[in-house]
Amino acid sequence: MLAISIQIALALVTAAVAMSFWRLLRGPDAPDRILALDTLYINTIAILVLFGIHLGSALFFEAALLIALMGFIGTVALCKYLLRGDIIE
Amino acid sequence: MLEFFLSFLILTGAIFTFIGSLGLVRLKDMYTRLHGPTKATTLGVGSLLIASAIYFSAQGPSISLHEFLITIFLLITAPVSAHLLAKTALHLNLTSLAEKPEKDAIDQGGPDEVDTAEETEKADTTDTAVKPEAAEALQAPDQTKS
Repeated sequence: MLAISIQIALALVTAAVAMSFWRLLRGPDAPDRILALDTLYINTIAILVLFGIHLGSALFFEAALLIALMGFIGTVALCKYLLRGDIIE
Repeated sequence: MLEFFLSFLILTGAIFTFIGSLGLVRLKDMYTRLHGPTKATTLGVGSLLIASAIYFSAQGPSISLHEFLITIFLLITAPVSAHLLAKTALHLNLTSLAEKPEKDAIDQGGPDEVDTAEETEKADTTDTAVKPEAAEALQAPDQTKS
């Protein structure tokens, strides 16, 4: 039962990744694309956690934590660049 | 029983993540689009990480606490990035579905009476939406309010 639900969840999260990638390509303005990138890294964390349960390996958490840190820093840097024209003033 | 609970948590998280991205695609406006993925972060990935924590605590020799680190980090950073994105969208003057506030309502209120200005503005827009002719007749109680 757990294996089946993990497969369904992986299919759903993969569809979510595809949709946020569509928004990344399509998005009319720059903040839409930043939001799509933000959603993409969060979906990647979800996929990594699901793979960790599926394979029974605890190695994936460090990768998920690193992606969370770097993704947040990337979002903040892109927003600061659009807001102020500079990242580190 | 544990397996059933874990499956429920995993499916809930995956469905919320899916709905968040669906909102990112389907909604019309940058400001409304911001609404979907933030919920996907907190509820979707949160319940997935809780399921993972319960699974590895049941399987492994000790309690697994890595997931709570990621959960806390995501819960702290999601509102911050959403706030920065909304600020950027406002700064770039992106088109919004909401109507622009009328200049008269802002001028009447002044900086100290923002709440009353918003109330009169809301009343004005609803009145004009229902009956454009009745807006003038209904302005007298609004002025007494402010």
